[in-house]
Amino acid sequence: MAATPLLELRGIDKSFGPVQVLHDVGLSVYPGEVTALVGDNGAGKSTLVKCISGIYSIDAGTVTFEGREVTVHNPRDAAALGIEVVYQDLALCDNLDIVQNMFLGREKKHGIVLDEATMEEMAGETLRSLSVRTVKSLRQLVSSLSGGQRQTVAIAKAVLWNSRVVILDEPTAALGVAQTAQVLELVRRLADNGLGVVLISHNMNDVFAVSDRIAALYLGRMAAQVKAADVTHSQVVELITGGRSGNLGLPPERPSDFIDITPGEVK
Amino acid sequence: MTTTTETAGGIQVVKPTVASYIRDYFARVRGGDLGTLPAVLGLLVLVLIFGTARSETFLSALNFANLFNQSAQIVFIAMGLVFVLLLGEIDLSAGFASGVCGAVMAILLTTHGLPWYVAIPAAMATGIVIGLVLGVLVAKLGIPSFVVTLAAFLGFQGVLLTLLEGGKNISITDEFVKSLNNGTLSVRDSWIFAVIGVAGFAAAQLFRWRGRVSRNLVAEPFGIVVARIAGVALLAFSATYVLTLERAVNKAITSLKGTPIVVPIIVVFLVIWTFVLARTTYGRHVYAVGGNTEAARRAGIPVDRIRISVFVICSFMASIGGILVVSRQSSVDPNTGGSNILLYSVGAAVIGGTSLFGGKGKIIYAVIGGAVIIVIENGMTLLGLNSGVKFIFTGLVLLAAASVDALARRRAAATGS
Repeated sequence: MAATPLLELRGIDKSFGPVQVLHDVGLSVYPGEVTALVGDNGAGKSTLVKCISGIYSIDAGTVTFEGREVTVHNPRDAAALGIEVVYQDLALCDNLDIVQNMFLGREKKHGIVLDEATMEEMAGETLRSLSVRTVKSLRQLVSSLSGGQRQTVAIAKAVLWNSRVVILDEPTAALGVAQTAQVLELVRRLADNGLGVVLISHNMNDVFAVSDRIAALYLGRMAAQVKAADVTHSQVVELITGGRSGNLGLPPERPSDFIDITPGEVK
Repeated sequence: MTTTTETAGGIQVVKPTVASYIRDYFARVRGGDLGTLPAVLGLLVLVLIFGTARSETFLSALNFANLFNQSAQIVFIAMGLVFVLLLGEIDLSAGFASGVCGAVMAILLTTHGLPWYVAIPAAMATGIVIGLVLGVLVAKLGIPSFVVTLAAFLGFQGVLLTLLEGGKNISITDEFVKSLNNGTLSVRDSWIFAVIGVAGFAAAQLFRWRGRVSRNLVAEPFGIVVARIAGVALLAFSATYVLTLERAVNKAITSLKGTPIVVPIIVVFLVIWTFVLARTTYGRHVYAVGGNTEAARRAGIPVDRIRISVFVICSFMASIGGILVVSRQSSVDPNTGGSNILLYSVGAAVIGGTSLFGGKGKIIYAVIGGAVIIVIENGMTLLGLNSGVKFIFTGLVLLAAASVDALARRRAAATGS
């Protein structure tokens, strides 16, 4: 097990106006591991991801990538570091084909002309590395793909660029049983290839099926980050719903914990 | 039936054959991806109807050549509109923008006595400025394009009236400008143009095919590539043959034969914009923004700049449409680019197969749709039908095209293809 985290967040605060959404959040992502990020609706999972990927700026705290402290101002900075996010709504263009989607915004060119052949080769090799062996055509429109296939394309798009950390936002939320299994297998494979994977999920079965570590957010605070092998299903559920479980998690609630997340009031 | 082959990275894919390619095409059509098929079929039916009813006049070489001159303005505006429609936006001001640009050219030529090589670029620059203003209002202020261009539609009508000082008619005498949409190439040049055009198309198709095969990527079956080249050659050479026939009404006075000069102008822009949309990063980004704006934004595509640029291209193309219509009429009046020009142009783009919902369309659709519109207009005039009937019929055709678009979309959503 790798000793140093690939990506480490410490003391992250984030407010929208008077509403503080993240309080002193820490998160460590290790190479070759799947870290599940769990939490109830509104716990701040999406906000945390957007802070990592540079869509939101952070108010306080540090981001360390491979031991260096970095600042991420926008999604391009994150991509340059090798941090890719696969969003829940996939962000694929239905009217473009698989190759076009995978290279969207980062097309290969010969002078001013698109280098379709090179892009198609790279796309094929990336899909192959994810053990996708059969597609009807690499030039198939994304609109004609199934949910699982789309998720695969979205993930392939994220790993195409030798990324180091891949964050998956609810990748199995809209999928059937068989497709969920395929995607989870793919998630595991990403980690086995040495990437740091962050999996956001509501589904405890998925979380326990693939993750090495579990980080539970509770009302904007990191309740606990533990090894998946050290906790039980119900302990994680308690962390999500109550912020603590036995001696794990946040200290007992004080009334002041809730004041600052209420709109219009300041601590 | 299906055999597989290996492509990049060792992925198994279906190996296309001529038969499977054709099957795939029909499967796509059934799945709602109609492309320009309805327009082509419609065009054939219309030509058949008008050709039978008025074979003497409608099918004459003179009328055939006329169709190109008549359609030039609509086709150019429609080509520009394809870009705007690809983003799911609309430009209602393109008609009067073309009128304003035409008037700018006419005034510089006549009132200021400037040569064509100043007046034409000035008209084009006017178009670019108009597009820039519209684009900034839509992209940066976030006003719906429908409202911005509706305001511009009214505004430019006023600008045109003001430029023409309350509605006088300015006639131009510049021979070069007049030749653009009235003149013809010599018979020899007509054939040279046809041969170069077909050879260029064949070279581009074969080059791309060989490039894919040499890198072991899945390529179209060779038979399809050959058939496509043969089809284009057949069309180009038979059209050139008809256009190089003598078509003067009275041969004793003057001879009239050769491809209209406006044809190479249309073809050049068709090729340039098709290249831009299909082979450049910019074109790819236009489709991406039209298909899923949020995905495009997350991919780092400058969405606002793309949005502004399509309005610039649209107004620029409208300016060329304006130049060509002024050339054809040898004059400009307050109704140049007015009345039904804009609606015909939007109609042309949509009838050709451009989706009003954004993300789907090609430049060639504007040309094919423009042909449908002008054949209706021309054929019904030859049938002696009055304007009322023509408008009703054109309206119905446009409605049919929009329904096809909407139904195809529903069908695509239902079949997931």
